[in-house]
Amino acid sequence: MSGKPRLHYYNGRGRMETIRWLLAAAGVEFEESYLEKKEDLTKLQKDGSLLFQQVPMVEIDGMKLVQTRAIANYIATKYNLYGKDLKERALIDMYVEGMFDLNELLMKHGYLPANEKEQHFANMMDKTENRYFPVFEKVLKDHGKDFLVGNQLSRADIQLLEIILMAEEWKPDVLAKFPLLQSFKARISNIPTIKKFLQPGSQRKPLVREEEVPKVIKIFY
Amino acid sequence: MSTKPKLYYFAGRGKMESIRWLLAAAGVEFEEEFLETRDQYEKLLQDGSLLFQQVPMVEIDGMKMVQTRAILSYIAAKYNLYGKDLKERALIDMYVGGTDDLMGFILMFPFLSAEDKEKQRAIIVQKATSRYFPAYVKVLKDHGPDFLVGNNFSWADVHLLEAILMVEEKKADVLSGFPQLQAFKVRISSIPTIKKFLEPGSQRKPVPDDKYVETVRRVLRMYYDVKAN
Repeated sequence: MSGKPRLHYYNGRGRMETIRWLLAAAGVEFEESYLEKKEDLTKLQKDGSLLFQQVPMVEIDGMKLVQTRAIANYIATKYNLYGKDLKERALIDMYVEGMFDLNELLMKHGYLPANEKEQHFANMMDKTENRYFPVFEKVLKDHGKDFLVGNQLSRADIQLLEIILMAEEWKPDVLAKFPLLQSFKARISNIPTIKKFLQPGSQRKPLVREEEVPKVIKIFY
Repeated sequence: MSTKPKLYYFAGRGKMESIRWLLAAAGVEFEEEFLETRDQYEKLLQDGSLLFQQVPMVEIDGMKMVQTRAILSYIAAKYNLYGKDLKERALIDMYVGGTDDLMGFILMFPFLSAEDKEKQRAIIVQKATSRYFPAYVKVLKDHGPDFLVGNNFSWADVHLLEAILMVEEKKADVLSGFPQLQAFKVRISSIPTIKKFLEPGSQRKPVPDDKYVETVRRVLRMYYDVKAN
């Protein structure tokens, strides 16, 4: 029996992608079981593996953890990516919760029907460029350090890189007004474990393709 | 200068109510500044008090904290309501995630049209009785019997009580198939700090009404139609 964490989700980003990023950044090998059809989800629900009948679910350290934040919090703490004390944790949580909000918008876009996409895109990029990125640019500017919190790598840096790359997929020049985020992106991408995760062949998942969307929807609805 | 936490929000439940519950359960006195006008909100925006331009915001220990989960986690950790180790913390996070999702179905309820309200009421009751309540019954059965985690009072218990009471407001007899949750409700409600919070005159806010909705719309200029999620 493997001691590696096992991720249960569909073969795509969704809400599991942040977890993949954290594990990869921490240098933790993990396995994945993919839901391909509704019956795969039903089976997990029936055998009591999903506390609230939902995925993501991660088998880790003898637990079947559900709820994205619970899983991410556990991994971040276990692998020292959550700051050194309660106050650093508070800052990390504030930043990361903002990132979760933006992540919801970015993640949803690929799954929307064509007639909703244009307005959603405008809202999504407005929030990215006017609400979220300016905050993180300012954090970096104000303390002048390499990492968002406490001058060491934390989940806040990893999750920020994740959403920067996701935003760039929709608007390649989205960092044009944010020079410090540009150098942040280069710096964090160069961290060996993260560099490896960004290379082809890693467990990082691609942006959902339009053709796949009906199949994913069928698993859950 | 007061060292009590100070809450900035509307004079109503919304996303701040879970924070009021947790502070009250921990026996922590707090002050509140209620947003009533657009000008108040714009002042907070202009003076840089709202990191992501949003409330809730809580001034606590020299920080202007935003993001409901961040604030709740900080309070839970500070007042020893977050379990004794990493694994208990994971369980608490999991359970709180569930009650957060359940209360999320109720959060937008006051903003819905009359027709959508009836549909949403049915969804709330269905989710509560078929998904969430059974999960917490099982947790109490397997790990309790008195509290959800570590057989010690934690944030998870406070949050579940809050959720139960909110669902009961939508359907008074919703706990009829769940005797263990009825007992849980009685037990947690009688904890002295919580009992006090449940009494008239506390800082607990009432069920949101049209005046609350109007205030939120006015302050946030949120005039679009709200649809249920």
